[in-house]
Amino acid sequence: MTDKEKKELAIAACKVRMGVIEGTHAAHAGHPGGSLSAADMFTYLYFKELNIDPAQPKMDDRDRFVLSKGHTAPGLYATLALRGFFPWEDLKGLRQIGCHLQGHPNMDMTPGVDMSTGSLGQGVSAAAGMALAAKFQGKPVRVYTLLGDGEIEEGEVWEAMMFSHHHKLDNLCVIVDNNGLQIDGPIDKVMSPYPITDKLAAFGLHVIEINGHDFDQMEAAFAEARATKGVPTAIVMKTTKGKDVSFMENQVGWHGKAPNDEEYKIAMDDLNAVLAGLEGGKNE
Amino acid sequence: MSDVKKMATRDGYGNALKELGGVHGDVIVFDADLSNATKTNVFQKAYPERHFNCGIAEGNMMAVAAGAAAMGLVPYASSFAMFASGRAFEQVRNSIGYTHLNVKIGATHGGISVGEDGASHQCCEDFALMRSIPGMVVMSPADAVEARAMVFAAYDYKGPVYMRFGRAPVPIIHDEETFKFTIGKGETLADGTDVAIIANGLCVAEALGARGILAQEGISARVINMATVKPLDTELVLKAAKECKKIVTCEEHNIIGGLGEAVCAVIAEAGVPCPVKRVGVRDVFGHSGPFGPLLEEFGLTAPHIAEACK
Repeated sequence: MTDKEKKELAIAACKVRMGVIEGTHAAHAGHPGGSLSAADMFTYLYFKELNIDPAQPKMDDRDRFVLSKGHTAPGLYATLALRGFFPWEDLKGLRQIGCHLQGHPNMDMTPGVDMSTGSLGQGVSAAAGMALAAKFQGKPVRVYTLLGDGEIEEGEVWEAMMFSHHHKLDNLCVIVDNNGLQIDGPIDKVMSPYPITDKLAAFGLHVIEINGHDFDQMEAAFAEARATKGVPTAIVMKTTKGKDVSFMENQVGWHGKAPNDEEYKIAMDDLNAVLAGLEGGKNE
Repeated sequence: MSDVKKMATRDGYGNALKELGGVHGDVIVFDADLSNATKTNVFQKAYPERHFNCGIAEGNMMAVAAGAAAMGLVPYASSFAMFASGRAFEQVRNSIGYTHLNVKIGATHGGISVGEDGASHQCCEDFALMRSIPGMVVMSPADAVEARAMVFAAYDYKGPVYMRFGRAPVPIIHDEETFKFTIGKGETLADGTDVAIIANGLCVAEALGARGILAQEGISARVINMATVKPLDTELVLKAAKECKKIVTCEEHNIIGGLGEAVCAVIAEAGVPCPVKRVGVRDVFGHSGPFGPLLEEFGLTAPHIAEACK
């Protein structure tokens, strides 16, 4: 990846983060923390990795993305809007009556959403079903799903891992957002899912660990996932919850709380500063 | 009724799946380590590449089926009624019901007639659970002929369907050559005006038996097979309420939340004055034993139904 491409991705990811703040601020609700930790991954997936077309959201052989950690819908919505699936202005209708942007993703209402999710653990199973179906149908479809690190406390997640390995779903890529926090506190204090990578490996997945804010590492990990045959791949990404919003970073309280007017201003100032830094270096 | 041919509706299900698979290449089957009991093994033997075992993980199976349906396939997902509707309730609700994905749930071993396995496996709550999910079609056939027709009708319907089949052999009451099944339509098997018995599942044959008992006492009983619990054939229910002096519902299910309550709700809301008695499992758990004596004990046989009609 060239420096220019990386900069473009970083700018897009910053705009996605702004969309998360816009949406949750307007909704007076939502989950900014995990949306911000996964913003770089959302951006990479929709701007580099996935075979999708915003003009044809139901394109037959498109790659599928299932947001298993459905509560971070604000991050997905901002990415879909930025990618052109629907107008950016829609983000301000998040969680409100009359808007297609539900509190958790709805595949029948929002263009670009491939599976309705929100109840943790189910998205990864649905993704496995899609991957199995694609193989059966002989379609060149790859299926990606993003889970929270708290979400993997759900038993169903491990049923899905067993299933995916047993049925050799090498067209499935499971991504775990390891930001270390869940609603009630640090994941290792609430109900430790560690060692995450060892557990995934024990279930037979090909496991790759990356920094979830590094696009080079994402590019390499996805290339490795595509080249891995016979078993599904799991990418465990270390991230910072609340990334790039100063008062939200690593703060468990920002898992599911919206910024008020004052906090909104600070958050947007933080992100505008990040954007200015990125754009300022544009002509180097 | 010893000369009457008997077959379990689960056998009708398994055979029909194989037949359906021969007609439609997009039919796939999921099972959760119960293929021999649910009879999806009949399909598996014919189409091994289209039968996927999910192991003992029913929740995952239902969401996997949802994912496969989202790709355009028509999955039939099977387990015992207890686990398909109970263990996996929330996966069915959120990944199949809320999405209105085209998944067909084939739940066998419904009701008290599971027999020897006992209360842990005798699911008498599945109609209640599945009815409460918006958009879910809920059905239970009276015999293997109807089971077959139901499997085909479910394929033609676009959306989620829950079908409950039984373990025990039950009399074949339909003619395979002429029988037609429509989702949401009840079937008047015999006419009468003193009482209308509205039943489904194995209770339909028992209701026909009750009609014979009542006839000897000069009581004329209408028998309606209400295989579709939801959407209910309200027209047929109200017609019975208007034309008969009384209605008796009969199901192998808790009297709470099943066919009986659905019928009561329709009659009450329509303001038609007609008394209703519900024959069913009276809010208790079952226990182990052969299915015949169990049906007697829990009041689901012809003499009990006849008594309720008086």
